[in-house]
Amino acid sequence: MTTGSPAAGEWSHFRHGADVGVRGKGPTKAAAFEQAARALFAAVTPLDRIAPRAVVEIACEAPNDGLLLVDWLNALIYRMAVDRMLFSRFEVALGGARLSGRAWGEPVDPARHEPAVEPKGATYTALSVRREAGGDWVAECVVDV
Amino acid sequence: MDIARLKQVSDTEWRLEPTGAMRVPGILYADRALIEAMDDKVAEQVANVAALPGIVAASYAMPDAHWGYGFPIGGVAAFDAEAGGIVSAGGVGFDISCGVRLLLTGVPAKTIEPIRDHVAEVLYASVPAGVGSTSSIALTDSQMTDMLTGGARWAVRQGYGSGADLKRIEENGCAEGARPDAVSVHAKARQRRELGTLGSGNHYLEIQEVGAVYDDAAASALGLRLGDAVISIHCGSRGLGHQIGTDYLREMAIAAPDYGISLPDLELACAPIKSPLGERYLGAMRAAANCALANRQILTHFVRSALSVVLPEAKLDLLFDVSHNLCREETHTVDGKRRRLFVHRKGATRAFGPGHPDLPAALRPLGQPVFIGGSMGTASHVMLGATGGHAFASACHGAGRGMSRHQAARRWHGRRIVNELAARGIVVRSPSLRGVAEEAPGAYKDVDAVVEAAERAGLARRIARLEPRVCIKG
Repeated sequence: MTTGSPAAGEWSHFRHGADVGVRGKGPTKAAAFEQAARALFAAVTPLDRIAPRAVVEIACEAPNDGLLLVDWLNALIYRMAVDRMLFSRFEVALGGARLSGRAWGEPVDPARHEPAVEPKGATYTALSVRREAGGDWVAECVVDV
Repeated sequence: MDIARLKQVSDTEWRLEPTGAMRVPGILYADRALIEAMDDKVAEQVANVAALPGIVAASYAMPDAHWGYGFPIGGVAAFDAEAGGIVSAGGVGFDISCGVRLLLTGVPAKTIEPIRDHVAEVLYASVPAGVGSTSSIALTDSQMTDMLTGGARWAVRQGYGSGADLKRIEENGCAEGARPDAVSVHAKARQRRELGTLGSGNHYLEIQEVGAVYDDAAASALGLRLGDAVISIHCGSRGLGHQIGTDYLREMAIAAPDYGISLPDLELACAPIKSPLGERYLGAMRAAANCALANRQILTHFVRSALSVVLPEAKLDLLFDVSHNLCREETHTVDGKRRRLFVHRKGATRAFGPGHPDLPAALRPLGQPVFIGGSMGTASHVMLGATGGHAFASACHGAGRGMSRHQAARRWHGRRIVNELAARGIVVRSPSLRGVAEEAPGAYKDVDAVVEAAERAGLARRIARLEPRVCIKG
């Protein structure tokens, strides 16, 4: 299991046949969403290779936490594809069914980033947003790469 | 997989009896070793598909089946619109109409050997590959609409290839019934700079050598000669298809209860074929299929242009082009009755047998070519659809992963893989060494065992084995 340890929470990857599972864990649901995003981009390239030089704003709304997580990750995948950017730092604010977030990153540089995979979309497979017995939040799903 | 839950029908057919919500049985085609190596999740997903409304005959898994999302990769299922059947965005997946095409060079592979590195460099420079790569093609809104409607036919009209190519593509290079209006603004935005790009992950461009021929007459009829070089292109509908998958999975997952559909797995998101949402998805999916066909046609043009300089003697005729992630409306005979069905193949290839009217005239006596992709260091295969066939005339599509990306990246180093393959005479060019490690040949199942099982199961028959010589990875 690969694990990172930024300020609030941690991320990891879990096994899935041809693709990759992304898991974020943190003291709040928002922190877990932030860490899931880090896990997503860590599947592409080591996060310390992505300089947080530019910021993009993201807003989503969904009927439940699970769909909101998938929407958040898919919004990042969309910005990655259209803006040709990679992101390494995230900030999420949750209010009911709404998410407003910011992602910091830089344009993809194939020579420096050596991206291993191109995320196609976050899926509903192994999708879960839950609070664990210890109080931490976990947000996870499989991403098709 | 725990085989105790399966009933063995033959040495290559295993049956999962209907229980619970399953409307039909599950049927898995594979030998015992392949079945035992499969994840238990495959059987679970086959059973979940068998519970979907309007499914006909059975929920099938091919010999290369592995744990997917919703449907297994290597899953086949057909639905009858007249019986409340559904179309599932999850049953097609994100990489809509991902597929393989094969070009014949007519040149012995040993001719390329002395200039292999140079040829690899030229191809690598000519075919945009990897994350963030763009091609020189940027489409206007009206060009985008024309491309989504016309597929490879549109590409040929733009000067990318010839009419002869179209006769060697499923549906003559164009999925009818495409609806560009059903494709979101986001999906079109993702595609604007991605037409004519290879992508990444398991997508590739390979020069391969015909290393073995199993049926001389059929191989000769296909233009496959022992020792010749061929070129294989594996890619799909790029960002447009990925976004259509994202958009419609969400919409179908939310709308399913309104249609009275209970989803055992949200990733099986679907809608009745005869519903506004189902019809819209089919229109968008066909537009994505056209995007994939146009993309492979343009990549073919790039390859032809590049090789015209370094290998002018190569003919580069298209043998055939197949898609292995798609839902198609087809006619099949079920219990003696002809029925129009919507056949989902997710990581599975259509494999019409000899004489099928939908095959191009030149290939009709032979059956449909089926291309089974290998990995950088292992063989690919050419098969032909078998007489009789099974699973609505379907066969496998690749080796199937035997190990996760994460496991592979921990086990192998990309540079070492590149060096080891070079020592075996295989040149690899990729922007990502980690990507090479994740795609290491050892991370895949034994492709030879997969195609042998497919042949013994009567899904398709082996014609030729292709060995990699140059591999361009995204």
